Amino acid sequence: MDLAGIADYLVAFAIMGGIYGVFTLGLNVHWGFTGLFNIGIAGFFALGAYTSALLTTSPPDPALFEDFKFGGNWASIGFLDWGLDVWFVLGLASAALCCGVIALVIGYITLRLRDDYLAISTLGIAETVRFFFLNEKWLANGSKGLYRIPKFLGDWIAPENYGYLYVVVVFAVLAIIYLALQRAVNSPWGRVLRAIREDEVTAQASGKDVFRFKLQAFILGAMIMGIGGALYAHHVRFLSPLTFDPMLATFIIWAMLMVGGSANNKGAVLGALVVWGIWVATQSLPGILSDPSFRLFMVGVLIVAVILLRPGGILGEERRVTRLADSDAARPNNPGG
Amino acid sequence: MGRLVTTIQDTARRIGLAWTPAHTSVAIVVIALAVGFLPFVKMGLVVNGVFLGAIIALGAVGLTLVYGILNFANIAHGDYMTMGAYTTLFIVGYLLPKVGVEGSGLGPFTFGYPLLIALPVAVAAISAGAVVVDMMVYRRLRDRGVNTVVVSMASLGVAIALRGLVQIIWGGDIERYPRETRQVFHLPMDVRVPPDAIFITTVAIILVVALYLVLDRTKMGKAMRATADNPDLALVSGIDTGSVVRWTWVMGAALAATAGILLAVYQAHLLPIMGWKFLIPLFAAVVLGGIGNPYGALVGAFVIGVTSEVSTQWINPSYKPAVAFAIMIGMLLVRPRGIFGGGRS
Amino acid sequence: MVLLEATDVVAGYGQTEILHGVSIFVDQGEVVTIIGPNGCGKSTLMKAIVGMVRVRTGSVSFQGTDISGYPPERIVRTGLCYVPQTSNVFPSLTIRENLEMGAFLRKDDYRGRIGQMFDLFPDLAAHPGRKAGSLSGGQRQMLAIARALMLDPVMLLLDEPSAGLSPAMMQTVFDRIREINESGVALLLVEQNARDALGMSDRGYILVAGEKRLEDTGKDLLNNPEVASLYLGG
Repeated sequence: MDLAGIADYLVAFAIMGGIYGVFTLGLNVHWGFTGLFNIGIAGFFALGAYTSALLTTSPPDPALFEDFKFGGNWASIGFLDWGLDVWFVLGLASAALCCGVIALVIGYITLRLRDDYLAISTLGIAETVRFFFLNEKWLANGSKGLYRIPKFLGDWIAPENYGYLYVVVVFAVLAIIYLALQRAVNSPWGRVLRAIREDEVTAQASGKDVFRFKLQAFILGAMIMGIGGALYAHHVRFLSPLTFDPMLATFIIWAMLMVGGSANNKGAVLGALVVWGIWVATQSLPGILSDPSFRLFMVGVLIVAVILLRPGGILGEERRVTRLADSDAARPNNPGG
Repeated sequence: MGRLVTTIQDTARRIGLAWTPAHTSVAIVVIALAVGFLPFVKMGLVVNGVFLGAIIALGAVGLTLVYGILNFANIAHGDYMTMGAYTTLFIVGYLLPKVGVEGSGLGPFTFGYPLLIALPVAVAAISAGAVVVDMMVYRRLRDRGVNTVVVSMASLGVAIALRGLVQIIWGGDIERYPRETRQVFHLPMDVRVPPDAIFITTVAIILVVALYLVLDRTKMGKAMRATADNPDLALVSGIDTGSVVRWTWVMGAALAATAGILLAVYQAHLLPIMGWKFLIPLFAAVVLGGIGNPYGALVGAFVIGVTSEVSTQWINPSYKPAVAFAIMIGMLLVRPRGIFGGGRS
Repeated sequence: MVLLEATDVVAGYGQTEILHGVSIFVDQGEVVTIIGPNGCGKSTLMKAIVGMVRVRTGSVSFQGTDISGYPPERIVRTGLCYVPQTSNVFPSLTIRENLEMGAFLRKDDYRGRIGQMFDLFPDLAAHPGRKAGSLSGGQRQMLAIARALMLDPVMLLLDEPSAGLSPAMMQTVFDRIREINESGVALLLVEQNARDALGMSDRGYILVAGEKRLEDTGKDLLNNPEVASLYLGG
């Protein structure tokens, strides 16, 4: 592999690592800071990706793609044609919005109930979203997948250099989300979330509307996941319902958060990059290490091992120095560890 | 609905009938068939739904036992089903042929008598495995007194690891038990009954009745119900909660493994993801019946089975799990404690 | 002879310490009552004795054996049984099944013991197949006590047995408690109805803010003007 080849490889790695970083941050809002158990990340992943893709992909030339079924064609709406690629921002925003609405509905129904109802429901969302895009062929071409998803600012740069541009875009989005989240979790709002995670009864007793806070956190995390999905769509530029299998769209993100440490945003991003690095690096190894089944097994073992041995994650929860006596944040435990 | 059920139960008691899950199942099947006579519903789908319901019931009853007594949602329950199905495959496809025991097409059934040997062996193996996993993982978390969601999280890890294990050993491709093609029975009203379905339903009925007898008549069964009711009181009453937990796993995993084997027979194939895909109908049945209520889960299972089959008359069959999910969400909205109102919300 | 002895027990929940070193004892065959304002740690002391709350420092010994640190089911085995204040029956089990669960540790035929319980609490004998969840407050309390007696305990710990009962029912419960004591079972009571409880007690303790304030015979505590004005409602 020549130098340029290595650079391309690294850029492709960084893009996916950054996108996974976005998801891990979203999951951190759910699990790390609030203790919400979401096992259907794939659902929000797919929903975000498809929303942005459908909004922005131009209709195909019927002569070239006669079996291409597509319900979009919204990109032709006039105001999107501003020359500057405003559509990308709109795509990301609608992906977030769409995931937020679904999270609102499901969260509204289940967050008043036992904690694990949310887990079961998120699993249901993930499966339903997949079935939806698989069956509703008129909308997104079913199992054949949606392709020709546009590049952001693709006109500005030669196709072979597009990766260099997109990696900047991805990390810019990641940085914005990271900084916003850091502000949010260190605000009084974030402190209430951690108080709920540590001891819901006490939080309730001290007059906090626990349901409201949980719902807000669930929606926020889901919106971040939606943005992650949209970033993914404009990176690979091809979507099929089969892309969103639980392994690469849910389980690996859990492993990333577990490695990085719940309730630690820096750790979450780092965990995403580290786990993705191991994943990619071992892919080309001979033997069992690159066997997808073995990796699946190891991800499961990793999750159990972290819960048993290092409940705070490999990096642990970030220590916070606040002016208020905030014993919850200073404790190095994860939800209940 | 809850009041109606109570009224029926009271009436039954007054006329001298003990209301057991056997009666409940009969009542459900009768109601389901009555639904099938409605002019706009295809009887064949209702009958299929009853068969599917029988498999869901075995899984859901085990899941709700674990849920009620150990107080967490066992995400790995579906993968215990998968493990049961694949362990049986290992026995009928590899172990038994080595000693010259082979066969398929026993009587009217697609499978052979080796499956009848393999079934109890595989079930025992999965039960033992579940107890080992409990000792390695869940007991340590219980001793630490962690939040139940963390235990659920650990069970997600177990689920992923188990599926990985199945794929490492058997690969990701479709597998089958040795089978012969068999004629289905044709009944009036366009009802087609595969002989295997009769076997499945019979096994399910036997196990549910056995479970009822264990829970109602044995000391351990009563201790299990007591622990589900009030774990702290069970502890200070001197109930050996350690054995209660072990027996809960043995029974829950045995029911799950059987459900997995029957599912593999019914759909005539095995896939590593088969159990995971079954989680939604299982949890839907558990929620419908009220968490921790095995008889409720039984009713829930048939409701989910019949509804999702009948729904295919109007909507795309691949939405079946989504239908189960929708029923569950609807239930959470109106009666989060389940049809009978006894579950925990 | 000293049956139960708690020495300098410190215990609490999470980061809050409720008991700051409490010492009490109960002799063989005695009735001892602990009274004190709400939140003084009466129930916590009981839970610490039966192993439901960890004893942080100090010790609890029963019949000469140090039982602090034993899990609850092991403490039950030593002949020390406990009736919690609330949720003290298994609601979805029948009356008979509740009693059977009380006898879980017995390896012998305990049907005779169930008969004795039905003699002691005739209310329970009428419908042994009724679900405990459908019983009245008084019946529940009786069932809870009967359940704890199934193991033939040497000593019984009762946490507020009269809470929430009508005066008539309260009287019945106290009468039964006296009968149980007369059969040789030592009793440690926590009670809000301090007057009635002290009246039937050999000795009593007054617990305030997690510390022992006073100890005396039941009679002297009742006659103590300070106790009367502060803890017996005048």
